[in-house]
Amino acid sequence: MNKRCFPGLSMAAAALVFFLFSGGCSGNRPAPATPVKAPVPAVGKQLPAMLLSAPGRASIRAYLGLPETAKRTISPGDIDSEILLIEIFSMYCPYCQHEAPSVNQLYDLIQSDKKIAARIKIIGIGIGNSAYEVGIFQEKYKVKFPLFADDNYVIYKDIGQVRTPFFIAIHNRGARKNLIFYAKRGGFGDSEDFLQALLDLAER
Amino acid sequence: MGKKLNFIIVILTGLMLFNSTLFAASGGFREMIYDPGTLPPTDSHIKVKVGEPAPDFTLHAVSGKVISLKDYRGKKVVVLSFIPAAWTPVCSDQWPGYNIVDSLFKRYNATILGISVDNIPTLYSWTGQMGKLWFEVLSDFWPHGRVAETYGILRSSGTSERCLIVIDKKGIIRYIDVHDINKRPPLEDLIRELKKVGEKE
Repeated sequence: MNKRCFPGLSMAAAALVFFLFSGGCSGNRPAPATPVKAPVPAVGKQLPAMLLSAPGRASIRAYLGLPETAKRTISPGDIDSEILLIEIFSMYCPYCQHEAPSVNQLYDLIQSDKKIAARIKIIGIGIGNSAYEVGIFQEKYKVKFPLFADDNYVIYKDIGQVRTPFFIAIHNRGARKNLIFYAKRGGFGDSEDFLQALLDLAER
Repeated sequence: MGKKLNFIIVILTGLMLFNSTLFAASGGFREMIYDPGTLPPTDSHIKVKVGEPAPDFTLHAVSGKVISLKDYRGKKVVVLSFIPAAWTPVCSDQWPGYNIVDSLFKRYNATILGISVDNIPTLYSWTGQMGKLWFEVLSDFWPHGRVAETYGILRSSGTSERCLIVIDKKGIIRYIDVHDINKRPPLEDLIRELKKVGEKE
């Protein structure tokens, strides 16, 4: 029995050794030179630090509850809200263009209820978009909530180069401040259902 | 047992179809994108200059029309937007961006001719993912890349550069941006040039 099995085993071992030393196994190849991608935002994780240009317009500052300050940049944590919904988008992304009316509808729905409006704020971050391009998107789709530019892809890289649109909701006050409780790529469907889902998730 | 198995297969198939629909509606376009990695920024020698007449050409469009550059002479400012290849990362974003600023182009009495070395069926499938484009998309497929070669922007790989060329109503080249192939040209640069051309006319 040994005589029958052993040659077969040798062949297999030889093939394995040849495979490994010929570079056929990916584990044998040198590590790729490209840097490791940052993780994509996920529920239960912290939102990575991000800097946004401080808005100049008084109405936007009022919406975000920002104090009068000479600071040139703000972070999401500076925004005065219990819940912060962040839309990662691009002016150039056809899916973001398609989703824009739904996000506007969500904003209007939130603003129509004073109690909810006091709890939730929405911002958008245009990845790889200049301030000009973000402005084009804002004007084209009549977006009422603040949009920020990430023209050098800094935030994009820090959030794992997510595909757009991508929605992130965080707790923005108290002990769970900065904790992600919703993170998903793609459209959110019905705005009323989504708002209710957000409120429910925030309570958990 | 057989009925149970059939039921499970039907449910699983349904779930797969449902998921794929969601996918297509939410960034699914990018799932179909081939990423060639970072390429040399440029790989050709431009043969045209600002101030010179733009070489004429005639190409087939995805719309079914046959379009010549000279058709626009005396009528519209033309932006030639050469993109390297369909189904690649930056290219797949560039034209959808132009697609929402038609009013800006109209303001400067300008139009875009999108040009790629891909063939019509490929361009049809690819641009179909972008929604309805308001501008013509032309195929420089055969003889392969002849227009790109005439303008001196055909790369050694057979794709074109990512290049914007603004041509005024007299057919004179007013702006050339042979852009880093890995990056998208900022929209404001192009609009600024259109404004300049508009002011001159």
